[in-house]
Amino acid sequence: MRRLLGFNLLTGIVLGIVGWYVGWYVAHSIVGPSIDYFGDIDYNELSVVLAYLGGVIGFLIGLGFLNYPFARLRGYPPSLREKETGGWGRYFSLCTDHKVVGIQYLVGIGVFFLIGGINAMLIRIELLSPSHQTFPAGTYLTLVGLHGTMMMGMMSSAILGPFGNYLIPILIGARRMAFPRIEALTFWLLMAGGVILETTVFFGGFPTGWTGYEPLNTQGNPGMDCYLIFFALVGISMTLLGLNMIATIVTMRAPGLTWTRLPIFVWGILSTSVLMVLAAPVLIATLGMALLDRTAQTSFFIPSAGGSNYLYENLFWVFGHPEVYILALPGFAIVLELLPVFARKPLWGYRLAISGLLGVSLLSWFVWQHHLFVSGINGDLRPFYMLSTELISIPTGFTFLCGMMTLWRGKIRYTVPMLFCLAWFFNFLIGGLSGVFLSDVPSDVTTHGSFFSMAHFHYTIMGGLIFTFFAGIYYWVPKMTGFQLNETMGKIHFWWMFIAFNATFAPLFAAGFLGQPRRVVTYPADLTFINQWVSVSAFILGAAQLFFVFNLVYSLVFKRIPAEANPWESKSIEWQLPSPVPVYNFSKIPVFSSDPYGYGEPARPVAVPASSPAGRD
Amino acid sequence: MSETTPQPQPGPNHARRVIVAWIVLSVIATPLVAIFVGPNIPPGNGSDQASQQTIDNTVMAAVITPVVCLLLVFFVYALWQFRKPRGGELTDGPPLRNQSTVQLAWVSITSVIVLFLAGFGTYELLQNGAGGGQGPSPIAVPSGTKLQVQVIAQQWEFTYRYPSYGGVETSQLVIPADTLIEFHVTSLDAVHSFWAYQLGIKADANPGADNVAFLKTKGPRTFSVHCAELCGLWHGYMFSQGKVVSSSDFASWIQQQKQLFASVAKYMPPYAHTYYPDPQRRAG
Repeated sequence: MRRLLGFNLLTGIVLGIVGWYVGWYVAHSIVGPSIDYFGDIDYNELSVVLAYLGGVIGFLIGLGFLNYPFARLRGYPPSLREKETGGWGRYFSLCTDHKVVGIQYLVGIGVFFLIGGINAMLIRIELLSPSHQTFPAGTYLTLVGLHGTMMMGMMSSAILGPFGNYLIPILIGARRMAFPRIEALTFWLLMAGGVILETTVFFGGFPTGWTGYEPLNTQGNPGMDCYLIFFALVGISMTLLGLNMIATIVTMRAPGLTWTRLPIFVWGILSTSVLMVLAAPVLIATLGMALLDRTAQTSFFIPSAGGSNYLYENLFWVFGHPEVYILALPGFAIVLELLPVFARKPLWGYRLAISGLLGVSLLSWFVWQHHLFVSGINGDLRPFYMLSTELISIPTGFTFLCGMMTLWRGKIRYTVPMLFCLAWFFNFLIGGLSGVFLSDVPSDVTTHGSFFSMAHFHYTIMGGLIFTFFAGIYYWVPKMTGFQLNETMGKIHFWWMFIAFNATFAPLFAAGFLGQPRRVVTYPADLTFINQWVSVSAFILGAAQLFFVFNLVYSLVFKRIPAEANPWESKSIEWQLPSPVPVYNFSKIPVFSSDPYGYGEPARPVAVPASSPAGRD
Repeated sequence: MSETTPQPQPGPNHARRVIVAWIVLSVIATPLVAIFVGPNIPPGNGSDQASQQTIDNTVMAAVITPVVCLLLVFFVYALWQFRKPRGGELTDGPPLRNQSTVQLAWVSITSVIVLFLAGFGTYELLQNGAGGGQGPSPIAVPSGTKLQVQVIAQQWEFTYRYPSYGGVETSQLVIPADTLIEFHVTSLDAVHSFWAYQLGIKADANPGADNVAFLKTKGPRTFSVHCAELCGLWHGYMFSQGKVVSSSDFASWIQQQKQLFASVAKYMPPYAHTYYPDPQRRAG
């Protein structure tokens, strides 16, 4: 009982609901009772916004985020750690252990990934028939928006959240992240945001898709506010997550871990974090302005009142294009990190790989108007954006080259994580080359806004990010939980997913080229076969993920075969620790003398082994 | 690795095998793609702009074919040749950390490809605007006399106005064959996008802004018009059929429309200035 009443998820939810009603009440006293918020006349936009803000604040208080500041005000000594040695309860409360947060992220993001996936299934049910039949048109658009927004927002942290938080301190030889409470905050903000986004269905949904284009945004139901608040919370979470990662990597590396000895995964996280810290604030500001347009009668983005919808499009894509590399770069990093282990060779071209990651990060700031090639904005800048967009394929090619040359003359083991990494090359090649068509203005005139571009970004994001996300799960979850995942089922999952994925998205290139616009509830009847084929493949693809969940539950809950400390025989430091990693990671801070890729090289004194039980600082 | 490992035999020259196979495959595949696949890539030959996009797509498909061939050959070869033998002991590969010639070759080849594609795309774009919306002050303007057609998007239909025929407005787009058309696309509410897919033309419709796109029609045909930017509830129903007709058919059709429109026109401002955005206003 006492445990239930402490500061944990339960109190968080209770106070969150209380805060929601407080905000609702306050807003109605501001706006006045003239607006009948339950009637059909109009909605009280402000009440939705303030209710959710109150809800988020109540939720965070309930989780105990204010305990520490108040304790400090009352003169208690500073402490960096909370609830790190508790039992199961720490997974349901504010915990500052980076390993707990990593697992929280993995489960939380996994749940929302499945919800986003279910939305995709519903979309494909509607598209089984060229006429519109299953869902009302507004519901269909809400499903499209929920799927897109959930995937783009939540999955931005798909690798940084679980694997970044769990592994970065270990890989750099530290015992914690630089800001452990902020680390926990990023997770709980994301969870609050995910719930808020889903509650849009109670407020009429939103019609804009994940881009939230103005002025449709201002027209939308109060469900639109859920989208805005969700994405703003994701933006805050991303900024803090990136900031925390940068601070940790820059300041907390163990002795001897120079920049050229960092695992490439850490470089990938670092470049992604830089993008997050710089891009997400643009999103927060943009959505704040949109929220003001909706609630406070400003007109930043309303053309009929002197605003500009181009302003919104520009600001959104200034965030939006780095955002797609926030999704893609961690995938590059995981591929490059895992290939040396399973090819038994050092990472080829380490510096080239780093310059690839950094080059993509840098160039991603100069390409955003390729989303606006036919929008009529700055027509004379299109050659520049065409060039800058195509230039990105050069640093992206570095990742391909380094990965391919690492395989070259290696001793390749086809483990499940390796299969997912190899699939990345296939998927991202198709995604990247279709991107060449989209980057070319004449070709983009036809492909823009069609299913072609939709297939393109599913190949790069699902084929690039989600496949490597699964590679990371199969690779690191034994370390994180201490239990093996069933390999046979893993291989079945891989082939099932790989084939179904390609069967789903490859035909959509054809659908786009044949004139099917995105986000439509109807389509030309001659595209019926393609769409039905895609729908059925999509259902098979969805079933593959259920099979994965089955494997996860079967292996981790029922079978529980303890994992070896180093099942992959990796030379990286996390595998030299016991599985699961003890609370303080290292009994003694390790000293690094090389990078973790010394396969086939004479053994050099590696990091001080931390096999002895971990102790306190 | 260990001292029992014999000195590596001068094994097969893997690199030469891959390169030879790549060149052979590319030499076969590239012309096939250029000749048989490329011309069949949409949007087809519905207009000069559409043909031009098809040429563009053909060139890009031909350029990326050797890239695909290289990765295909590489992965098929490497994943088979360098696999760890089943049941064999886990050994390490050779510690190759870098080969600067490979890096240099890769970087220069990808750079050349990329710069060529960007240059070619720019050249094609400046030819006649490639059918894309160029904003209020277009840079790629085809020469010749143009028929102006205003496209007015609203939730959830397109209206077409012909200023040179007394501002007659229709709900179906009919344009004469072999004519240079100058579309002015705008919107009354949300952002839409005017997309006549078979004609290879797409231009976003922004409220209060003018978006110009050029089109040189070919022979008579029908085409479909879709909205290609999510514009709210009935976005999925915002499509219609249009026609390219011969000049004489067009002349009689527009006369007919003028008569139909005359009863409405007296209630509308001349040329309906309320719809047409200020062309001097910069869209950015």
